[in-house]
Amino acid sequence: MSTLPAPVIPTTPAARFRYAVADGWVVARRYLTHWVQEPGRIVAGLVFPGMMVLLFGYVFGSAMQVPGGGNYREFLMPGLFAMTMAMGIAVTVTAVVSDTSRGITDRFRSLPMARSAVVTGRSIADMVNSLLDLVVLLLCGLLVGWQWHNGPGSALAAVGLLLLLRFALVWVGIYLGLILPSPEAVTVVLAPVYPLTMIANTFVSPQQMPSWLGTLAEWNPLSATVTATRELFGNAGPAAGGSWVAENAMLMAVVWPAVLIAVFLPLSVRRYRRLSH
Amino acid sequence: MSGTPHAVLAEGLRKTYGPTRALDGFDLAVPEGTVCGLLGPNGAGKTTAVRILATLLRADGGRATVAGFDVTRQAEQVRYRIGLTGQYAAVDDALTGVQNLQMFGRLFHLSKAAARARAEELLDRFGLTGAAHRKAGTYSGGMKRRLDLAAGLVLAPRVLFLDEPTTGLDPRNRNEVWSVVRSLVAGGTTVLLTTQYLDEADQLADRIAVMDAGRVIAEGTPAELKARIGGDQVDVVLRDATHLSEVAALLSRVTDGTPETDEDGFRVSAPVTGRAAALTGILRALDTAGIEVEDVAVRRPTLDEVFLRLTGRPTDEVTA
Ligand SMILES: Nc1ncnc2c1ncn2[C@@H]1O[C@H](COP(=O)(O)OP(=O)(O)OP(=O)(O)O)[C@@H](O)[C@H]1O
Ligand SMILES: [Mg+2]
Repeated sequence: MSTLPAPVIPTTPAARFRYAVADGWVVARRYLTHWVQEPGRIVAGLVFPGMMVLLFGYVFGSAMQVPGGGNYREFLMPGLFAMTMAMGIAVTVTAVVSDTSRGITDRFRSLPMARSAVVTGRSIADMVNSLLDLVVLLLCGLLVGWQWHNGPGSALAAVGLLLLLRFALVWVGIYLGLILPSPEAVTVVLAPVYPLTMIANTFVSPQQMPSWLGTLAEWNPLSATVTATRELFGNAGPAAGGSWVAENAMLMAVVWPAVLIAVFLPLSVRRYRRLSH
Repeated sequence: MSGTPHAVLAEGLRKTYGPTRALDGFDLAVPEGTVCGLLGPNGAGKTTAVRILATLLRADGGRATVAGFDVTRQAEQVRYRIGLTGQYAAVDDALTGVQNLQMFGRLFHLSKAAARARAEELLDRFGLTGAAHRKAGTYSGGMKRRLDLAAGLVLAPRVLFLDEPTTGLDPRNRNEVWSVVRSLVAGGTTVLLTTQYLDEADQLADRIAVMDAGRVIAEGTPAELKARIGGDQVDVVLRDATHLSEVAALLSRVTDGTPETDEDGFRVSAPVTGRAAALTGILRALDTAGIEVEDVAVRRPTLDEVFLRLTGRPTDEVTA
């Protein structure tokens, strides 16, 4: 114990900021270590999108028609990209709930680390994960003949929009994770996520749905991201059909996530602070 | 703070959850370098008290200082000086022992090298060096507890909070944890430990505070407390029910408390003070009366009996 160095207590705002970044990174590293140490999860992470490409690209895909013609797999891939981003919310919620219910969050809160680090660490880890998921999925896409047609700049912009959606959902996930009482409740809350990713233009055009469902699908935040990325990648998409959301997909692909972040980031921070009440 | 410095000082802490008064005027003073055992039944408010003192929870009223700093206004200063081991082992199952401790070291703002060195030092001290590179998820209950304790000790805290550190452990693992706590105390750490076992408080604590319904109802050294609650408990077990009332009368004469009769178990129990003297007295009286017994044993009173003696009512009415 005699060798123990004295702790450094940050006092200036600059030092506090440095520690907030460092602490956030330590927490993020923890989650990334989980990920690396559980190869099962990595494999599952790879297999799922692969299965989806097979299932929708080939099994259902042969019966699918792209409005305005075109290759269904070209149409499909941006839908799968966005869907994978949306499903990532399950990872966030599960991790947050499991930490809270097992006392890990409390232990962090009893340490002199930056208060923000628990949540920033979580979001960094989720974003790194999602980026890797996306890279794998892009490669899957290239393998089945999907391509981007508008140059690397637009392709990068599309990836940016997808990650923006994921980032917004990280905050929704953190908030849900903090309000849910137990890991059991997570299953219930997450059950609708999967169908919700389909009530969108992920696999079919909303114009092919009954009109009430079509409207719902068009207003699904996922649809804006899907349409915008289809445009940016230059993949066949439904000719922008009438409705305002569909015509302004590029705008909405930014607005939706911005709104989610504006609502759920402060809510999460508040909720985290209220753990001490 | 004047006079002897208090590592923990709580005055009139209150915390309510809806209609439940988890803490209701909780006072406690723990002098530096001592072990305080916070003893109480389920729902007495032990965890709530520890969480407030460890800055995890804000009290609705009252004030508290830990290591001389206010737990609300100077929470960060407090956090640099405390270690907390909660009711459930809060280590990361997916990380190895050394990874866990290194992570906590980094979060205490130790340099990378210092965190690593400290992790190895602690693993060695807690007899976990052999398991350093195994995932904590594969540890036994006792090993996990020790890792959890080590995680609370990364910065050699001035005050260590242990919330039921041995609940759910078998006797061997319990002894392991006890010896760790003893060695810490020898190193000068102040420990506040909660427990439901009188035995544990007796073994480890310099002073015991008994909690009931959110406040401390009795406080003192184990010896003082035992004197107050009437020390140990003697059980006389008979072959059948015929002599039960006779034995009860006999016990009330030779012991210093009111005997309790368990009709179905053919057993009469009573509090006694001197173990050996009491036992001899009882055996002699039984022999004189010519009553044959199945068994006579002196043991520590259970928490239930302590409560009965202190409050005049059994523990299960506490939360009602
Ligand atoms: N978050 C909470 N919400 C509502 N009630 C609570 C909460 N935390 C504690 N309580 C209530 O406050 C009282 C004191 O609880 P506390 O956990 O402090 O008791 P304890 O002495 O630690 O009990 P145990 O031995 O079971 O751990 C109990 O009646 C409990 O139900
Ligand atoms: Mg408790």
